[in-house]
Amino acid sequence: MNIKLKIWRQENSKVKGKFIDYVLDNVSPGMSFLEMLDALNTKLIQEGGSPVAFEHDCREGICGSCGLYINGRPHGPGEKSTTCELHMRSFKDGDTIIVEPWRAKAFPVIRDLIVDRSGFDEILKAGGFISVNAGAAPEANSILVNKEVSEEAFDVATCIGCGACVAACKNASAMLFVSAKISQLAILPQGKVEAAQRVQAMVAKMDELGFGNCTNTYACEAECPKGIKVINIARMNREFFTAKVVSQKTT
Amino acid sequence: MFHSIRLFVLSVMNIVQSNYTIMGNSLSQSSLTKKYVVALAGLFLITFLFVHLAINLLLLLPATDTFNVAAHFMGTNIIIKVFEVVLFSGIFIHIIYSLIVQVQNWMARPVRYKLENWSHTSPFSKFMIHTSVIIFIFLVFHLIEFYIETKFLGQIADVVIDGESYPDMGLKVITAFKIPIVVIGYILSFIVLGFHLHHGFQSAFQSLGLNHTKYTPTIKLLSTAVSIILAVGFIIIPLAIYFGNY
Ligand code: HEM
Ligand code: FES
Repeated sequence: MNIKLKIWRQENSKVKGKFIDYVLDNVSPGMSFLEMLDALNTKLIQEGGSPVAFEHDCREGICGSCGLYINGRPHGPGEKSTTCELHMRSFKDGDTIIVEPWRAKAFPVIRDLIVDRSGFDEILKAGGFISVNAGAAPEANSILVNKEVSEEAFDVATCIGCGACVAACKNASAMLFVSAKISQLAILPQGKVEAAQRVQAMVAKMDELGFGNCTNTYACEAECPKGIKVINIARMNREFFTAKVVSQKTT
Repeated sequence: MFHSIRLFVLSVMNIVQSNYTIMGNSLSQSSLTKKYVVALAGLFLITFLFVHLAINLLLLLPATDTFNVAAHFMGTNIIIKVFEVVLFSGIFIHIIYSLIVQVQNWMARPVRYKLENWSHTSPFSKFMIHTSVIIFIFLVFHLIEFYIETKFLGQIADVVIDGESYPDMGLKVITAFKIPIVVIGYILSFIVLGFHLHHGFQSAFQSLGLNHTKYTPTIKLLSTAVSIILAVGFIIIPLAIYFGNY
């Protein structure tokens, strides 16, 4: 296959970036998208140019580091998959592919296609944990959790924090991520103890970092590689309301 | 055009932000609090629209007497007068808070994508700010014609019903709805309002945290129903008057 690429190149967060056109021949449909970028970089290095910086780690859809905005969609075409799970067979010979970094004020570009997602870590640090004595493992049946609840909690816990929700949202809102991290704890007995402080602290941090507000467009849910549902955002809204109105605890 | 408005607002906001600490005013309220306020005010406005529609439909009766008496009652009754204050605050709060939310959302993505997202999502939700501008323009015309002119400028004839004198609101409406441009503008505004509410009604429930696998499908159906009933309900009035014998 012959592929034309329009890739965002930006030296660092201080300078302006721009799109540069590349042409890559001999792309095999069996290549993954990231392997295709590797091939491009090999070519660029051989030609004495600077390689395109992009982030990746596990290359099997579990670490969440590989997010790229490809042809108008986070993680490119394909449902419920990450960029590293995308293959070149999803494109046709002669296609032009536009590759952009996640775009959000709270995710500044570090270089080319790599953005700084440490805002997500900040939000987790604000409350995405439970304070327990991490001694020996507790007796298995001392806290009973029914099967539906544990599965629901597990489903939200599959969020890999890739930032596709922020990238997809027309408002660059992080609410799908934040609500997943709140929900995975809020629905379990262990997480209920700190639920009121948690939701207030995490939402406050999210706002402070400059993420947008949810307008219930649900692009996040459509693009989430792990299928996290917007029903969690409603749960967060509810938790937040009860925390503000009912709870004595503030942050 | 929206793009240039957006850029203008962004530059103004950047100046505001660099000169004032945003903490400590309404801009600093939590994103979720603002959504609650927009949603509650929006739902309140919807209930009001139903009352308004019920009264307007009286215009379709053979004589305008009932409508005139009802309009007079709405304009003078003390309880309704209190509600008028609530209503204007509702509109004001809804507009102010939704605009703050919108501007912050624009600010959250200073550099936009070359190729905008085409995710499969509700199309109406993407145009709330655009539909709202048209609703707002409609509101301005509407309030000038039927609130300021009649209440404060006295530009309205009187009519005697059962020995008592009432301002002839019915005649004013009917005169207006004989002008084609007014009819067209009115109809377009309510189609747009229908779009606003098609997303807005069900969206308000999500904002209030009321999303439930059992009830949400019904709420979404209701949202479609509410938007169609309100839009069609208001639209048949000018059509009936323009084409009918009023
Ligand atoms: C009678 C007129 C109106 C009614 C009944 C109404 C109703 C609603 C409702 C129910 C929502 C959904 C709230 C939510 O998602 O939480 C909404 C959203 C919105 N409204 Fe209105 N609205 C009206 C007029 C206006 C006007 C005049 C403006 C602005 C000038 C406006 C701007 C907006 C915006 C921007 C949103 C989206 C906010 C968001 O999703 O966060 N609306 N409206
Ligand atoms: S590289 Fe780990 S999810 Fe793609």
